[in-house]
Amino acid sequence: MNKGRLLACVLGAVTLALIVVGTIWPAASAAAYGGASSMLRASSTPEAAVENLGDEIQGREWQKAYDSLANKAQFSESDFEHDLTGTYPSLLTYSSLGSFDVRPLRSSGTDADVQLKLRWATVVGPSASTRQLHVVKNGDRWQAEWPITKQPTVPPQVIPVNYLRWDVIYRGPGDDWGAQDVEAPHVRIVDMHPVERAEGVVVLGELLNEDVVPAYVSVSATLLSKDKTPIATEGSFDKISHLLLPKQVTPFFIKFPNTSLSDVGSIRMDPSSSLIAASADPVIEISDQQLHPAPDASLTGQLSNQSGQVVNVAHVIGTFYDKGGQVVWVADQYVDHALLPQTPVPFQIHIPEDLAKNISSQRTVIATYTAKGAQ
Amino acid sequence: MRASLPFLLALQVVAASSLALAQAPDVSVPKTVEAGAAFSIQCAGNGKATLFIVGPGQVLKQDVQLGESAAFPAGSLYNAGWYTAIVTSTSGTQSASFDVLPQSKPSDVSFLARPSRLPVGIHNAITGAVYVFDSYRNLISAPEEVQFDLSNPAGAVEKKSVTTHDGAAWTEMDSTAQQGSDKFAVHAGSVSSERIVAQVPGDPCGLKMSAKPDGQRIQLTTEPVRDCNGNAVPDGTIVTFTENFRGTQSTVDVPLKRGIAEVQMPAHPGATISVASGVVMGNQIGWQ
Repeated sequence: MNKGRLLACVLGAVTLALIVVGTIWPAASAAAYGGASSMLRASSTPEAAVENLGDEIQGREWQKAYDSLANKAQFSESDFEHDLTGTYPSLLTYSSLGSFDVRPLRSSGTDADVQLKLRWATVVGPSASTRQLHVVKNGDRWQAEWPITKQPTVPPQVIPVNYLRWDVIYRGPGDDWGAQDVEAPHVRIVDMHPVERAEGVVVLGELLNEDVVPAYVSVSATLLSKDKTPIATEGSFDKISHLLLPKQVTPFFIKFPNTSLSDVGSIRMDPSSSLIAASADPVIEISDQQLHPAPDASLTGQLSNQSGQVVNVAHVIGTFYDKGGQVVWVADQYVDHALLPQTPVPFQIHIPEDLAKNISSQRTVIATYTAKGAQ
Repeated sequence: MRASLPFLLALQVVAASSLALAQAPDVSVPKTVEAGAAFSIQCAGNGKATLFIVGPGQVLKQDVQLGESAAFPAGSLYNAGWYTAIVTSTSGTQSASFDVLPQSKPSDVSFLARPSRLPVGIHNAITGAVYVFDSYRNLISAPEEVQFDLSNPAGAVEKKSVTTHDGAAWTEMDSTAQQGSDKFAVHAGSVSSERIVAQVPGDPCGLKMSAKPDGQRIQLTTEPVRDCNGNAVPDGTIVTFTENFRGTQSTVDVPLKRGIAEVQMPAHPGATISVASGVVMGNQIGWQ
């Protein structure tokens, strides 16, 4: 009992001491995040200048970051901020810079090229972007030139759209108990294929809305052992386009970590659907889709919003097929910038190197999210 | 709790009746009583007694004069089932049983029709099940002739007559070849109930598009999209246009609007353009 009290007192005293030490002599990064002072170092090298810029972007100190640039006369502070966070609400608007890497590419006595890799923490996971910065020496310090990409804007205008919209009236309390509710949409799995990967088993496939109404869909799968006992149940989560308009097809991707296909006797698939109020708008064109072989195997293309509303978040899901037309992989990418009407935005979906050689065709679908009143 | 008191009391009386005295009064009950109908019970003997009638969900208590008949007006017993009449007096307890039967005339039906929406031209895809009740919601267990009617907006009616078994009847109907909101009705005597069954077009059939130049792009337009029965596929249905050109691909998912789908795509001489909807492929165009 006495030992316990002694231990509690010691722990309390140590905690108190650490709080005092941390308050009086805070770590540079903690002080910077707390806004007490900057953790910036002198820009005596090209790398230090870019690291300082990265710290300022991480702290969302747009004015300081802008002021530190060598080419700030070419654009405004607002342009700089919009280049990093988007003009219209998008994934980047609600993200923070989690970390960054600085890699020198070339250096001389008066200028240098430095690569800045930004890793953003977004609501749908990490998103990385890379900028090549030219750094110049001004007097005794180095200053980065920001490679500005001016964000497009849409001029004020009225764009008439008359796409179909579906609303749903469900069964009410006043209805007779025998009166049927509106029928759930009929969906069908048109393809399903398990794949063994190093990280576990992956179930891939495609789901078709064969009804004439929109459906909110999801797919779950249960792995059954050879004696029919369940091993694990997982859902497709966001590796699927949850909203399916009539006759639309979505791929799905269900991951079972730490399982082996040799243990699996069968798989029970459970597609589910429910009616949902939806609009046929927006229509997104996916152009210039191109499969790139290994190394750095990927599918690239451009998204073009053919409707009148701004799409705040676009989710690109690619289905990859072998020569026999069987699904061999499903991969996705969130586009971190908003899709403006008639303004192409590039995308790139990475494909596992070992699978790339088996892929002969692909099909891409887009799931979109539009914040109400965002425009 | 209050409702169960008379029932407990009646149970006590039933228990006591098993020890009925030899001189207990005779009880004469009708063999069957129609639910809600007036009836009477004859109690032989002299003096006063108390008559209990115990049945499913109902207990009646009435003071009676032995030797006279105890009359119960219409609506006294309305739940169909097996009832026990117990007469208890100072000279003993006697009981007799009788059945309360559902009324023979249907007064209400519960109609279950599935599904509420289905594609046209499917054999035995629509099911209807009906339960027939009297005016007191007793299931009419006696065989009853019911008729199912499925009528489409054009006026064509598919009829089926079925006899109920233990109060229920069911049938299967084909969905018609024509889209629209069909009325699925059941008739039992003078009572009927109706459900709406939406018959919707099936998969597109003979999907065909045409292309014409429009500046630097191609204007692609489908012919009016119909299913194999000639029904117009509803607006909002997705049609996918795919253009393949020198290893690159462009796709657009376009919803049908006023029966057709149209889109503009890049004009690449030598490109191959195809159209599809769901798992149905349409024609292919080579653009020169």
